[in-house]
Amino acid sequence: MKSGTYIKRTNRPLQLYAVLFLIALYVPVLFLPLFSFNDSIYVKFPLKGFTLQWYIELIDREPVWASLMNSIKVGVTTSIIATGFGIFAAKAITRYRLPGRGPVVGFIMLPLVVPGIIFGVALLVLLSQLGVRLSLYTVTMGHIIVCLPFAIATLIPRFEGFDKSVEEASADLGENAWWTFWRVTFPMVFPGILASLLLTFTVSFDEFIMAFFLSGTDATLPMYIWSQLRFPQSFPSILAMASIILLVSFILVFLGQWINRGAQSGSLESE
Amino acid sequence: MTKNNAFISFQNVNKFFGKFQAINDVSLDIDHGEFFSLLGSSGCGKTTLLRMLAGFEGVSSGEIYIDGQPMSGVPPHHRPVNMVFQNYAIFPHLNVRDNIAYGLRKQKLSRTKRYEMVDEMLELIKLPEYGDRKATQLSGGQRQRIALARALILKPKVLLLDEPLGALDKQLREQMQLELRALQKTVGITFVFVTHDQEEALTLSDRIAVMSEGCDLQVDTPTRLYENPVSRKVASFIGTMNFFDGTVMSIKDGNAVLKVDGLGEVSAPAGTVPLLAGNTVSVAIRPEKFLLSNKKPAGAQCSVKGQLNNAAYLGERSHYYVSIEGVPQPVAVSAQNRDRAKEAEGQSRPVWLSWDSTAIVVLKDV
Amino acid sequence: MSADHATEIPGRTAPLSKTGRLSIMLQKSESLRAYSLLSPTLIIMAIGILVPFGILIVMSFWTQVGFGFDMAPTVANYEMAGERPIYGALLKRSLWISSAATVATVLLCYPMAYFVAFHVHRNKMMWIVLMTLPFWTSYLLRVFAWKVVLGYDGVINSALMNTGLVEAPLEFLLYSQTAVIITLAHAWAAFAILPMYVSLEKIDRSLLEAATDLGDGPVMRFLRITLPLSLPGVISASLLIFIPTTGDYITPALLGGPDGSMIGNLIQKQFGAVNNWPMGAALAIILMLSIAVIALGFMFTTNYIRKRIS
Repeated sequence: MKSGTYIKRTNRPLQLYAVLFLIALYVPVLFLPLFSFNDSIYVKFPLKGFTLQWYIELIDREPVWASLMNSIKVGVTTSIIATGFGIFAAKAITRYRLPGRGPVVGFIMLPLVVPGIIFGVALLVLLSQLGVRLSLYTVTMGHIIVCLPFAIATLIPRFEGFDKSVEEASADLGENAWWTFWRVTFPMVFPGILASLLLTFTVSFDEFIMAFFLSGTDATLPMYIWSQLRFPQSFPSILAMASIILLVSFILVFLGQWINRGAQSGSLESE
Repeated sequence: MTKNNAFISFQNVNKFFGKFQAINDVSLDIDHGEFFSLLGSSGCGKTTLLRMLAGFEGVSSGEIYIDGQPMSGVPPHHRPVNMVFQNYAIFPHLNVRDNIAYGLRKQKLSRTKRYEMVDEMLELIKLPEYGDRKATQLSGGQRQRIALARALILKPKVLLLDEPLGALDKQLREQMQLELRALQKTVGITFVFVTHDQEEALTLSDRIAVMSEGCDLQVDTPTRLYENPVSRKVASFIGTMNFFDGTVMSIKDGNAVLKVDGLGEVSAPAGTVPLLAGNTVSVAIRPEKFLLSNKKPAGAQCSVKGQLNNAAYLGERSHYYVSIEGVPQPVAVSAQNRDRAKEAEGQSRPVWLSWDSTAIVVLKDV
Repeated sequence: MSADHATEIPGRTAPLSKTGRLSIMLQKSESLRAYSLLSPTLIIMAIGILVPFGILIVMSFWTQVGFGFDMAPTVANYEMAGERPIYGALLKRSLWISSAATVATVLLCYPMAYFVAFHVHRNKMMWIVLMTLPFWTSYLLRVFAWKVVLGYDGVINSALMNTGLVEAPLEFLLYSQTAVIITLAHAWAAFAILPMYVSLEKIDRSLLEAATDLGDGPVMRFLRITLPLSLPGVISASLLIFIPTTGDYITPALLGGPDGSMIGNLIQKQFGAVNNWPMGAALAIILMLSIAVIALGFMFTTNYIRKRIS
């Protein structure tokens, strides 16, 4: 009999399935970097040889840099604002008796569930009726709305994971709400805040649909990629760009999750 | 709502959570320098009362005064009270020294002065050299002491303790009880202590408020609570109690003559409760107030014959259960095991119970 | 250290400070404090969700005139959507594709969620991070990756051709409904795994031990205890995949082709080439209503079934 209790006997077929699943999950995406080093315009087997030319070519492409800067600008703004509001929202949701909490939280989380196109279209209609010109600002607005639920979802486990009585102790010892927040709450949720910043930045950086509907003349990086998709010669360069973006996104999100590893909803963790 | 001279005063305090009434018209006073306990089983409202004193819960109606000042509208961080939380609430991201010094920030003392005070405190709680330890590296008992130090360093007028010893094992708890008592005497601050453990309350307190379902049943010294409970509820909450039903026959010179089921005619001190002939009452006698003998005792004031059913040997004492005709429940008798070799004592046989009339408590509620 | 010190502390002498009336009100009402904290978020979401949707609904009753609008309310758009078969067909197809993708995803991901919940004893978090990591990265790029994989000259075809398994490239892989379904299932896997994992993780292990003690083998145990108790997670997962994918735009645009185009594409065209915004608005509203109806129906059915079982 293998080790572990009866219920937890190892299940070989299931293990195999899990491994295959992970492979299936990652491999399609990994083809992108694979072919970005391939010395051929065509994305097909057999591989023709290793080259860095597609990456090097990117350096000269001015629109690449411009759209990259735009994406960064939008991403940083979005992440700061979404995380900032998210902190207060998470605190309100977890710490207080909130009448109507269920519907309110559901309402705030709507952008996670509703198809992006509906939001994009709705905001486009609103802005055009208000006479607001489309620009990076409008894209940022759209991104904030989409990223707020992510921020709140990341921060809530962090707030729930720590003991309310620590904040009461701080108040008891003489600190008002503001000081309690700075001296106790903030340091303890800080990993969550960092994770939220990284996550919302990544979501904004990669986001396409809202940008598609709400951007004006300045394009974000995903918009630029989209516009290049119709040119087969650009394919490998796009692959190169995609690979870089994927790598950066992976790292950022992984960092965020790793920093935030102390907070988990639904499982015990000792600090 | 008038102020009185007590140091802490609850006056007609009520608390509702939605429709549920957690505190029901509680009025009690706590004196300066007292070790005062709130005792009751879970849900009785003792923690709610404590939190209202601290400022974490508002008062639905009524008023709380501390040192003559009304407390409504005063947030917790402005009140002259400090609290030791049930789970200690030690700040995990700070070390021991910073935890204890936490509340000193507002006093704008120099760092050396602050650290001096912290070191003093560490000496007081018998954890010197612990200053640099991380909060997460401490045991339960150590955290408890740090929580105490953290509160005491601010020299509050009142220290509130919310079941602080509940999480400790028996031996540590007993040790901490003694230390707490000594500490309170040394520091001289008023302690308000919440517990569900009646032995703990009896050991530590100057006075105890027994609570049940949001009401304070009796506020008294441990001795009086034990010997002179005012109601059946209080009587059975503290220690074990035997109850008998009876009627008042007559009252003369502060003595009542009662006819009690199973015990016959009995005389007892009338007590402070006004009694009239004909009242139905409960007669309460503690197990250790009975004397158990195999033969009818000569010259005893009152005695009755019964049948011994059961005995339980508890080391230093034994509990005997005697059934008496006319009494539905077996009477519990407790006696110290003065002699050795008591095996035979548990055998079922006729026995005699005798008692002194001063051992009887007459309760009006049945 | 005597009690005398108690009155000498600065800041603690009488009178005690009572902060202003607003603060008192805030101090007394916890709900008020909660909502004031929540207000910035609520304001943003109200502006971002309620207002645009309101305008969307209003605009669906307008008519496009050149680059402006005739704001006289009319149901012409909805009528057209009801009459012309293409709208209905496209909506049906979108719902069908989403449903297929949902079923596929849930079925494929359940064993994975089960594995991590029951058979991973260390580093559970790492597995979860690994499974959900791809989801946080660019949706566009992941769809693009599948385009590369499924293409006529793509990875699968060229690999198969090279090894001689087939003679001609497989046509059906790209620009078809299948392509869309496969891609959607792959892209939204993480959304399925998380709720099912949480649901499975919550199951009290002692229930399973009790079942074993009472005579159930592993299969029966799964069917009678694990599966029913994990149903809430399965339902959440299904809804979390079905609802967003119905209106997906990127996937059908990149690899749906004419056969695999969905209603999202049509809506986008209304705001682009076709330039009929009110129609687009109407279609969006219709899409939302369809999703709502199906989702509610699904939830009622599962609730009904659950009540019948227990």
